Amino acid sequence: MTPFSYTRATNVGEAIRLGARPQTKYLGGGTNLVDLLRETLERPTALIDVSGLSNTIEELSDGGILIGAGAKNTAIAEHWAIRTRYPMLTRAITAGASAQIRNMATAAGNILQRTRCTYFYDNAGSRCNKRSPGQGCDAIDGFNRNHAVLGASSSCVATHPSDMCVALAALGAMVHLQSEHGTRVLELTDLHRLPEDNPGVDTRLTHGELITAIELPALPMAARSTYRKVRDRSSYAFALISVAAAIELEGEIIKDVRIALGGVAHKPWRAWRAEEVLKGNAASAENFRAAAEAELAEARPLRDNGFKIDLAKRAIVAVLSALAREESMETRT
Amino acid sequence: MTQTIYVNGSEEHLPDDPRVSLLDFLREHLQLAGVKKGCNQGACGACTVLVDGDQRILSCMALAIQYEGRAITSIEGLAKNGSLDPLQQAFIDHDGFQCGYCTPGQICSSIGMSAELRRGVPSHVTDDLSTEIIALSHDELRERMSGNLCRCGAYNGIVAAIAESHAKANP
Repeated sequence: MTPFSYTRATNVGEAIRLGARPQTKYLGGGTNLVDLLRETLERPTALIDVSGLSNTIEELSDGGILIGAGAKNTAIAEHWAIRTRYPMLTRAITAGASAQIRNMATAAGNILQRTRCTYFYDNAGSRCNKRSPGQGCDAIDGFNRNHAVLGASSSCVATHPSDMCVALAALGAMVHLQSEHGTRVLELTDLHRLPEDNPGVDTRLTHGELITAIELPALPMAARSTYRKVRDRSSYAFALISVAAAIELEGEIIKDVRIALGGVAHKPWRAWRAEEVLKGNAASAENFRAAAEAELAEARPLRDNGFKIDLAKRAIVAVLSALAREESMETRT
Repeated sequence: MTQTIYVNGSEEHLPDDPRVSLLDFLREHLQLAGVKKGCNQGACGACTVLVDGDQRILSCMALAIQYEGRAITSIEGLAKNGSLDPLQQAFIDHDGFQCGYCTPGQICSSIGMSAELRRGVPSHVTDDLSTEIIALSHDELRERMSGNLCRCGAYNGIVAAIAESHAKANP
């Protein structure tokens, strides 16, 4: 690690004042940043520990939930209102990392974690445009089994590693931000960037902007929702692909549906096209298949990751079919 | 101003350099060599310690200074009055190790796991999220301990030791 100072912020005002300084990073649980510091991929001169600022999980009068940025992943997953009203979020979090890491990692840190592309981490041996802009990308023609099939560019094919964010994307979560210039709210689906020709920049946050909370909007249909993750071993591995979904039926017709994909792109991937194909149509296997085909129509395989395209399609169909079956069984009884 | 941390019941001074990981602080500064450095990047669980009694974390991914004022328990802090913790004894009884390198992390992790179960924290394999009473089935145990790798492959003994110890503590 290169030298840095450490300050524990005692309130948001202090944090954003200190965080506005150059070469300053906010520190949450440290489960990604400590690694990046150790590999000297991040070289801040000051760390502002914001993990103690807000770790509350508050049920809002409009039916939503406000999750403090410092809430630990475990605390979110075990929260009664979240596991019963937004089960896909509990499912996504418990599918990620290990229990120890979930006890350390904060909500905001989960959102802002960086890719686990091995070429990005291989400081000494590989070219990476995300790490060293303009250098080139060794993943595009390298071992790219884990890399992106959607929204990638000729400069970067990295994926966003979070499971939690896939559920947040499907739920339409809103991220509350604060800086010296004021407060604003970004949809989670707008917070992360696609790589384009500037993969060094992961998000639309400005320097010094602090995530203060994540808001789950009221969404009754999310009570029947889930998250399915496909990975190389059954636990403690990043997703090859994953699907977060919720479905609401009126008879046989899909009244509303939410779908997001993980492991396929530089950002948590909300499946807007698939949702459009399905809304107002019958909850049938053919329609689920058509929606999956529409969403993956522009997928572009690299040498090793073409399997992700079929895998994602099949997972979408399987998850939607299971949710629709559950819902229609419940409606009949 | 010197900052302090509590380790196995003793008040200790934190290092001046904030770059020192909690793992290096425990091993190199306090000579608590029972805490093991496996991968040093959050992939193996060998460095697992407990915060504030029963919350399991990875000491390799933490800066020591982040835990200022908190209580850390390492494997060295588990035995009481010269008697092993029941879980330590169960690992011996069931041959829950071969080389022993992952064992301190396995044991600390298991103590944290029991606390999570008592609190009703769901796991990836918990079918019903609307219950806070979760039995420690074989699948639950394996999933909840998946953050601790054993390269000798002593998993059968590890699982048996944890299952027996958990059953005795939760009759």
